[in-house]
Amino acid sequence: MSKPSVGMKMVQWFDHRLPILTFTNHALVEYPTPRNLNYWWNFGSLAGIILVLQIITGVVLAMHYTPHVDYAFNSVEHIMRDVNYGWLMRYLHANGSSAFFVVVYIHILRGLYYGSYKNPREVLWWLGIILLFLMMATAFMGYVLPWGQMSFWAATVITNLFTAFPFVGESIVNWLWGGFGVGNPTLNRFFSLHYLLPFVIVAMVFLHLWALHVFKSNNPLGIDVKGPQDEVPFHPYYTVKDLFGLGVFMVIFLAFVFYAPNFLGHPDNYIPANPMLTPAHIVPEWYFLPYYAILRAVPDLWFIDAKLAGVIAMFASILVLFIVPWLDTSKVRSATFRPIYKQIYWVLVLDVFVLGYAGSQPAEGTWLIIGRIATAYYFFHMLILLPFIGKIERPKPLPASISEPVLKGGGAAAAQPAQGRS
Amino acid sequence: MAESPASTAGGAVPEEETRRDFLYLATGAVGTVGVLAAAWPLVHQMNPSADVLALSTTEVDLSGIEEGQSITVVWRGKPVFVRHRTAAEISAAEGAAMADLKDPQPDSERAQRPQWLILVGVCTHFGCIPLGQQGDYDGWFCPCHGSHYDTSGRIRKGPAPTNLVVPRYEFRDDTTILIG
Amino acid sequence: MRNLGKYAALGVALGALWTAPALAAGGTAPVEAQQWSFHGVFGSFDRAEVQRGLQVYLAVCATCHSLDLVAYRNLAEIGYNEDQIKDIAAEYEVTDGPDDDGEMFQRPAKPSDYFAPPYANLKAAAAMNGGKAPPDLSLITKARAGGADYIYALLTGYTDDTGEHEIPEGLSYNPYFPGGAIGMPPPLYGDDVAYADGTAATIEQEARDVSAFLTWAAEPELEARKQLGLKVILFMLVLTVLLYATKRKVWRNLH
Repeated sequence: MSKPSVGMKMVQWFDHRLPILTFTNHALVEYPTPRNLNYWWNFGSLAGIILVLQIITGVVLAMHYTPHVDYAFNSVEHIMRDVNYGWLMRYLHANGSSAFFVVVYIHILRGLYYGSYKNPREVLWWLGIILLFLMMATAFMGYVLPWGQMSFWAATVITNLFTAFPFVGESIVNWLWGGFGVGNPTLNRFFSLHYLLPFVIVAMVFLHLWALHVFKSNNPLGIDVKGPQDEVPFHPYYTVKDLFGLGVFMVIFLAFVFYAPNFLGHPDNYIPANPMLTPAHIVPEWYFLPYYAILRAVPDLWFIDAKLAGVIAMFASILVLFIVPWLDTSKVRSATFRPIYKQIYWVLVLDVFVLGYAGSQPAEGTWLIIGRIATAYYFFHMLILLPFIGKIERPKPLPASISEPVLKGGGAAAAQPAQGRS
Repeated sequence: MAESPASTAGGAVPEEETRRDFLYLATGAVGTVGVLAAAWPLVHQMNPSADVLALSTTEVDLSGIEEGQSITVVWRGKPVFVRHRTAAEISAAEGAAMADLKDPQPDSERAQRPQWLILVGVCTHFGCIPLGQQGDYDGWFCPCHGSHYDTSGRIRKGPAPTNLVVPRYEFRDDTTILIG
Repeated sequence: MRNLGKYAALGVALGALWTAPALAAGGTAPVEAQQWSFHGVFGSFDRAEVQRGLQVYLAVCATCHSLDLVAYRNLAEIGYNEDQIKDIAAEYEVTDGPDDDGEMFQRPAKPSDYFAPPYANLKAAAAMNGGKAPPDLSLITKARAGGADYIYALLTGYTDDTGEHEIPEGLSYNPYFPGGAIGMPPPLYGDDVAYADGTAATIEQEARDVSAFLTWAAEPELEARKQLGLKVILFMLVLTVLLYATKRKVWRNLH
C-alpha cells in the first residue's frame, strides 16, 4: 500500500480525536449482516429515510405555517398556492406520514412473523414499540395543524378521552387543552410538540440501532449466525439492496404524491374548523383506524364505563406488544418453521384489516358487531393463541446454519429441531 | 471478482485502484442528478412567494402632494419618500459640483422630472430612516450616526457610503407613478 | 392451502380500499363519473372552459359565495393578460383602510387583491341566507367527496320529484346532497350568462364550465404537479432499474 496522502493523514488526525469515520465504517460498512436477509428486511432503513424526509419537509413547512386558529388554515393554503413548490412540500409531508406508517407496520409485521422480538432482542423490540407510540403522537398532533374540520374534531374526540380517567380526568384535559375545549392554546402547543417529537424519535432511533448492533439482525430462518460464512459486510451488499428498495418505494410513494395526493385524506379537512358544527362522521387517518375500532368496540363493563374501557382496550392493544416475547412460548423464531403459527399469523393480519375497516364505519349495527369480534380476536391471538400454539406446535426441523441450505440445497440432512435459542 | 471489503484493524480503508464499472458510474451519476434535482425545491421554497412578488409594485397618486410637501409610502416593506420639491431645492440639487460629492451623481440621473424626488428612505450606512428637511444641506439627516443628505438625496457629510437609493419607477400619467 | 390466509387477507384489504371512497361519499344518489380535461396522468385545464367557468362564477355564484383564497392576479394562470385582469378586478370593490381619519373605505380591486366577497363577514352571510352562510368555494372540489363530478351532479341534479323526502320550507330537493334538502335554490336555469366565446349556455354547459373553474380554483398547481410528476416518476423508474442491475451485479459476486 502507498504512503497515506496528506488528505488521508488529516482524516486520520481528526478520526483519532472524534472517531466518526471509524464508527461509520464499523456500523455501516464492515458491519456483518446475515447473508440471507430477504426484502422484508428493507423496511427498517426505509423507515429511517422517511423520518429524514418528514423532518426536512416539516422544517420547510414550518417556515411558512402560522400556528394560530385565525391563520393556520389559510397559511397552509398560502403554502399550497404562493410558496414556491409549496404544494410539493405539503403533499410530500402529508403523504409521507402515511408512507411512514405503512413502512413501520410492515416492519413490525416482519418482526412478528420471523420472531425478531425473541431473546435476545426484547429491548430492541421495546424500543420499537416506543417509537410507534412517538410516531402516533406526532402524527396525531400534526394532523391538527391545518385546522380543518377533521383536525379540530379528531383533536376534540381524542383529547376528550382523557376525561375517562376518574377524578383527575377533567383537570388533565383542561391542562392538555390550555382551556375548556380545543382552541388556540391547544393548536399552539401541538405545533411546538409536533416540531419537538421527531427529534425525540431520532434519539430513540439511535438507541434502537444501538440495541440492534449488539446482537445484529435476525434473519428469515430465525437461527443464529454460526460464523463469518453466514454473514456479509453491510456495504456494498445491503447498501445497494436498500437503495434499490428505496427506488421501488419512491416510485409508488411519488405516484401518490403527484397523482393522488388526497386519496388517503378526508375531504372534510379542506373545510375550515368550525367548533359549532360537528361533521357527520368523524374519522381519523387510515393508520389510526384499527385503534379507533377497538376504542369504540368496548361496551360498559361491570363498574367501568364504556369510554374508560375503550381507552384501556385501545392502549392495551399496543401495550400487549411489550410482553409478546414472553407470551410467545415457541422455542423457534421464524414462522417458516412453525406450520400452525404461520396460518394464525395471517389470520391476525386479516383481523387487523377488518379492524381498520370497522374503524372507518359508524360504530353501530353490523360493523359494531364485527368490530367487537375483531377486537376480541386480537386479544385472543395475543393472550391465548401465542402461548398455546408455542406449547403444542411441532416445528419443522431447522437447518444447521444459514449458509448450509445454500451449499446443500435443502435443510433436512443434519438439522436439529429447536435451534433458535430463546 | 472483487473481494468483499476486509475488516482491517483501525478501520482505515486501503487505497486501491478499483476499476469503476460503467454500471456503477451510470447509477451513481443518475442518482446524483436525482439528489440535486430534489434539492432545488428545498432551496427555492425560501425565495419570495407569489403573494410577496405580487406586492412588489406600489402605485402612488401625486395629485395631493403640494410643492414643498413630502409623503412616505410603503414599498416592499420599506419607507419611500415622495417629495414635491421647491424651485430652491431643485436649483441647489442641480447646482452641486460633482467634486463635492462622496458618491458623485448628477441630479438629472436621480429625478425623472425635477419637481418630483422619489427615494428609498433607508440610510445607506446601517439602515435607519433619515429625517426630512433637516441637516446641513436642507435635505435629509440621519440621527443614528449623523449622515447628511442634500436636496437630491445624495450623501454629503457623515458615515454613509452612498446616496439614498432611487427605486425603479415610472410615470403612469402626470399624477400617478408606479414604483417597482 | 399454505397461503390461503395470506391471500384472504390481501383480498379483504384490496376490497376495502376499493370500496372505501364510494362508501365515504355522503350523498344519497351515486355520483356519475364525468370526463374532465384535467383527469389522468396528462391532465390539464382547458383554458376556454375555465374562462367560461369564471364568467358563470362571477355572474351567478359570486352573489352568495366567496372565493377568498383566489386573487385576481391568479387569473394569469388561466390565460388572462395583465390588462384584462386589471379590468376584471376594477369591476369589484374591496374594503380597505383604516384611512387617516380611522375609517374603513371601499375602493376598486387591484390584481393583488383577493376576490371580493359578497358579504362583509360570516354572520352577514348567514343572516342573508336563512341562517347558514353559503360556503366559500375556493376549495369546494377538494372538500367534497366526488370533487368536480359531485359539483356537476349537484348543479344539474335539482328535481321536483322529492321521492320519500319531506323538504322543509325554504330548502330545495337535490338527490345528490346528503340528506336531500339543500339550502341553495337551483342556481342555474340556462342562459344565465352570455358566454364571451359564443358557446350555448345550457345548464349542463354552465355546470360543467363552473365545475372546471372551481377545480382550478382549488388546485391551481394541478398542471405543474402532473407535469413534474411524469418527469419525476420516469426518472425514478430509470434509476430503480439501474439500482436493480447494480444490486444483482454486487450480489452475484457472493456465490
